[in-house]
Amino acid sequence: MALPFPFSAIVGQDDMKLAFMIAAVDPSVGGVLVFGDRGTGKSTAVRALAALLPKISVVVGCAYGCDPARPAGLCEACRERKAGGKLKSALEPVPVVDLPLGATEDRVVGALNLERALSVGEKAFEPGLLARANRGFLYIDEANLLEDHLVDLLLDVAASGENVIEREGLSVRHPARFVLIGSGNPEEGELRPQLLDRFGLAVDVKTPGDIPTRIEVVKRRDAFERDPDAFTQKWRSEEQKLRRKIVAARAALGDVVTGDAALESAARLCVALGTDGLRGELTLIRAARALASLEGDKALADSHLRRVAPFALSHRLRRNPLDEAGSTVRVSRAVNELFAA
Amino acid sequence: MGAADQRKVDQALAWARACEAAALFSIDPMLGGVALRAPAGPARDAWLDLFRDLAPAGAPMRRAPLGIGDERLLGGLDLPATLRAGRPIAQAGILAQAHGGTLVLAMAERVQSGTAARIALAMDSGEIGAERDGMTLRAPARFGVIALDEGQGDDERPPAALLDRLAFHIDLDGVGHAVALERAVIPVEIAEARRRLPAIAGADEAIAALVTVAARLGVDSLRAPSLALRAARAACALRGGDAIEDDDIATAARLVLAPRATMFPTSESEPDDSQPSEPEQSAEAPPEPPRDSRPDDGDQSEEQAPPDLTDLVLAAAAAAIPPGLLAQLRAGKTTRAKSERGGKAGAHAPAGKRGRPVGARQGQLRDGRLGLVDTLRAAAPWQRLRRQGLEGEDARRVIVRPEDFRIKRYKQRRETSAIFVVDASGSAAMQRLAEVKGAIELLLADCYVRRDSVALVAFRGTAGEVVLPPTRSLARAKRTLAGLPGGGGTPIAAGIDAALALADTIRRKGQSPLLVLMTDGRANIGRSGAPGRAQAFEDALESGRKVRAAGIAALAIDTAPPLKSIGDAPTLRLGQAMNARYIRLPYANATTVSDAVRAASPSP
Repeated sequence: MALPFPFSAIVGQDDMKLAFMIAAVDPSVGGVLVFGDRGTGKSTAVRALAALLPKISVVVGCAYGCDPARPAGLCEACRERKAGGKLKSALEPVPVVDLPLGATEDRVVGALNLERALSVGEKAFEPGLLARANRGFLYIDEANLLEDHLVDLLLDVAASGENVIEREGLSVRHPARFVLIGSGNPEEGELRPQLLDRFGLAVDVKTPGDIPTRIEVVKRRDAFERDPDAFTQKWRSEEQKLRRKIVAARAALGDVVTGDAALESAARLCVALGTDGLRGELTLIRAARALASLEGDKALADSHLRRVAPFALSHRLRRNPLDEAGSTVRVSRAVNELFAA
Repeated sequence: MGAADQRKVDQALAWARACEAAALFSIDPMLGGVALRAPAGPARDAWLDLFRDLAPAGAPMRRAPLGIGDERLLGGLDLPATLRAGRPIAQAGILAQAHGGTLVLAMAERVQSGTAARIALAMDSGEIGAERDGMTLRAPARFGVIALDEGQGDDERPPAALLDRLAFHIDLDGVGHAVALERAVIPVEIAEARRRLPAIAGADEAIAALVTVAARLGVDSLRAPSLALRAARAACALRGGDAIEDDDIATAARLVLAPRATMFPTSESEPDDSQPSEPEQSAEAPPEPPRDSRPDDGDQSEEQAPPDLTDLVLAAAAAAIPPGLLAQLRAGKTTRAKSERGGKAGAHAPAGKRGRPVGARQGQLRDGRLGLVDTLRAAAPWQRLRRQGLEGEDARRVIVRPEDFRIKRYKQRRETSAIFVVDASGSAAMQRLAEVKGAIELLLADCYVRRDSVALVAFRGTAGEVVLPPTRSLARAKRTLAGLPGGGGTPIAAGIDAALALADTIRRKGQSPLLVLMTDGRANIGRSGAPGRAQAFEDALESGRKVRAAGIAALAIDTAPPLKSIGDAPTLRLGQAMNARYIRLPYANATTVSDAVRAASPSP
């Protein structure tokens, strides 16, 4: 496939870019949902992000791309390999797997390998999309049009980090840790609230309104389409800078101090907004910590919480049909009230 | 000039533009394609012939019928070949077959948004990637799309996801046979232009102008100016130029931007762009396009001597805005129809494949649709055994026996479509409409959790109309509801009739309609549109009885202030005529109303 558009060359859309970077720094925030107008560069950004991230070390020949450095997370085949000797590893780009709308369930979770079954009469497992997405990104464009049972299944696997297959006499489990990225246009039907809540972060994207920005978008797109190589070359140093930032943030993530004061602020914010469950609070803290790490800060501060609160909470609010204000507005209102004091 | 002459001129113009679009599209297939709105007829055929002549020799042109399945669209298992070879053999879908050529979509206005999304994905990525039937299919698929739109009226349009990616939206409706005979372009020029295209220079000014014009015309998507830029380049190549000139930009604006306009450009100020980020700018020099990107120009002076390029392009585009659209825009009706359209198309799958597949079971072929992959899986373990004693070719075949047949099962949850029939008349409205709206919004939210679609019929004055066709988009429903005006007479009969017609359409789509009538029951406008309480109520009762006769599940929600004796409540009598459940809003909080709707829903 052709070169992806450079991540750093995406004009504006700061919220979306930040949310993606947070997910790249700490995959445990649990997926990003991007809702918004068409032609705002949603799919461009996902592909660009994967190209931006440093390559990962994988076990050669492993269908799930196991990490040789983490013996605890190895799949069964890799454990056997390890018992037989040293694991061979290779550097591979971070996988981005597209989940096409027409995908059937057997291809998503994996199924009996038909070819081997037919020709040799052997029962073998054919890994599906989830296997390929392990340690990478699974991207669903138009997530709202995907059949519900598939969305349920995906969210379930994304939350547990493991894909369990019990079908056609097969019994297989394999690691499937991936960052789920969904996108969609609310005009074409929405996601059920149950599903909304299970995405870690949600961002709304809008077409930029002011003309200079719009001109810049079209210009860059045009330059890229006319000569992808030259354009990529031009943005290389920016890309490297960003890559270093993400790598550094990942390394520093564990060292970010989360003080009681910050935890209390997060809790008070969630209570003020009346979000159900603790998932919102956890995500809020994780995302804020990733942000602190990205910005090179040593401790979690209110400013970080403020910045990420709309992403982490806006989609978890109870819908109040009589309140015309959007949920993002409600979050920032609550944030302002809380932190003003 | 007489009206007939004027019409002839309009037709000739429309045809000339269509020819131009065909030429530009065949020069640069990356323009995405053409949405061709025209009934089947000589004009459309003439255009397609023209396009075929202009397209590069040997380029494929594939026709995708309406309701094409994923198997044919994306590719799938080739059954005969698979059985012969004894291993899965893939078969290319239409998108892959159209690679390097054109995909023609028949009846594009009825294409479902799922199908459109798949086509759009292939257009964006230039390849098809499908995960189906135990195979990973990957094939290059660079193709242009010609969407044949036979829709009538604003409601019937191809899915927005598709339209957005097609540079040209052409309307040939009303163009006669005689007009369509002329051809303005010749294939030789096209080939030459195609060669010339990569070297065309001069983009910056064009970008600035096109983006500004797009914003002034209220075109939101940024794909539009991108496509317009490509069109300008192709236009430049067509006339044999080396660098984009004003005329090319004007052509692009006329062909790409004008049909997408959602508002009529005013020259005094930038209408829609409130530009929150730069408030000072609009204050200082409104007609100026924002200090645009012409660093090479050097001169910073306010007055630019030549007539501004943006204005020129804007004028060209404004002149090409379709007349019907103009009238609507003038009337202040902002058509968001294009983007709102999507919800309806996504509502339902075609008949015969209802519900979601829930695996397969053993069965006879006549019982339903063969689950091919499941059948092969069932047969697989036995192959070695069955092949014993066979020789040569036979021993390589897959042997499938009748007991292997697996039939696909679908879960038959029939979708419910709730039609809210809302009394927006003066008697109900004023103090209560807000309350009713609140209740409906709660119901909507509830319907949406259960994945039901909702539709809205409002009645006031003398008529009832469908203000929101069945949709699952809560955002859209909320917006419609919030903008619902109130006041006027109470034509209950007309409201119920409109809902009945809608219920009939819903049934045809294989869904179950549920009618929720919200009114105070004080009908005062009869079916004929004449005032008169007695007759109006009689008419309403009669319409109600039709609901009962049609066997449509119904719920009557009384919004009138409580009466002394409940037996007199007109809404109750209406509800009885409709065989509906009856509840009173004053006593009904959100939960009871919602429960009532659920209880009244036709059982699956």
